Amino acid sequence: MTRAPVRERGTTAMSTDAGPGRRDLPGTPVFDGDSSRRGLRMNKLFMSLRHADARQRFLADEAAYCREFGLTAEQERAVLGRDWQAMIDLGGSIFYVYKLAMIDGRSMQYLGGVFTGMGEEDFLAAMRAGGRRDG
Amino acid sequence: MAEVIWGLATSHVPSIGAAMDRGKTDDPNWKALFDGYAPARAWLAEHRPDVAIVVYNDHANGIDLDFVPTFGLGTAERYEVADEGFGRRPVPDVVGHPELSLHLVESLVDEEFDLTVFQELQVDHGFTVPLSVWTPDPGDQWPCPVIPLLVNVIQYPQPTAARCYALGRALGRAIRSYPEDITVGVLGTGGMSHQLAGARAGFINPDFDHMWMETIRTDPARLARLTREELITQAGSEGIELIMWLVMRGAMDEQVTEVHSDYFVPASNTAAGIALFDNRPPSA
Ligand SMILES: [Fe+2]
Repeated sequence: MTRAPVRERGTTAMSTDAGPGRRDLPGTPVFDGDSSRRGLRMNKLFMSLRHADARQRFLADEAAYCREFGLTAEQERAVLGRDWQAMIDLGGSIFYVYKLAMIDGRSMQYLGGVFTGMGEEDFLAAMRAGGRRDG
Repeated sequence: MAEVIWGLATSHVPSIGAAMDRGKTDDPNWKALFDGYAPARAWLAEHRPDVAIVVYNDHANGIDLDFVPTFGLGTAERYEVADEGFGRRPVPDVVGHPELSLHLVESLVDEEFDLTVFQELQVDHGFTVPLSVWTPDPGDQWPCPVIPLLVNVIQYPQPTAARCYALGRALGRAIRSYPEDITVGVLGTGGMSHQLAGARAGFINPDFDHMWMETIRTDPARLARLTREELITQAGSEGIELIMWLVMRGAMDEQVTEVHSDYFVPASNTAAGIALFDNRPPSA
């Protein structure tokens, strides 16, 4: 199987435990089996937030809610501190992490601003100008 | 025998549904996207199939990460629209077609595509947004019964592009072997280029998207040779969901006629594409 050339750019190479034969693309988190295994409890917490009663219980005592779902201390810190990058690094899937962002009234453009370090406004402007490019 | 009369490829970004649900389709940030849908919608309104199949992926709404089926097919009589966190979309629940579903499962398993069967499934924006792209004002029901075909595109390793295309070819044969004379529309959803997380978030690749849009019609087998790594590099980590267009395309004939296509950036963080193909012989 041939591999695509991987262009070097960006700073955050995630998923360092790449599977057999897989190469990481810098700045591009790949949500793989290892991430999913690490993030399972946290992702289940995010999934639960679809329900209004769960959102209420979460907001009433976030730390207790995290312990109920069995998050690691690192994951709990990331969730309580809204460290979006850390949530991804600790096994969060962006589609699950987004459930928490929605509770805070945050958009995917806000998260884009965080992940790129550009801030929401500049990120949104870049998208409206046609999106970001490699290189 | 059943016949695939058209194939529709479309992005399924939630914000497209939200723009419709909140009456923002004339907003300057959205108008060009919806204007670009109009010719396809008009044609589709004149060509209502008996059943539709929507190839899509769930996004933490109908299924979670306890089970990650690579391919799945719904066999239910009804599919409820999921509440993704802040109220369900104001669109009708989906009426299924269990008879065709069960026929498809049997035919596909006989062809060694071992699908997961869903007897109960809530469908999310990945499924309802394409239906809204097709039918903006469904009233209290969608134009016809619809069958969900799920593909895992959010957890690596996703099925290869080649496997998706092969599944589509088998799906086409399965549809054609259904004993009743019914017409079928197939929707391939997702894409186009985008990436949501990482330093490369916001990545859009119009050259790749235009190549994809053209080649999906002329030479889908060539797209089916792209590796996951090539797809993630060129279309972004979430742009890999374009592999679902290949399932739709595989179910159609080698020669198809393009009815309409359009391309728009951005629908939130995504390049949005639409491509509609007529699968009937040109003389029809
Ligand atoms: Fe998607």
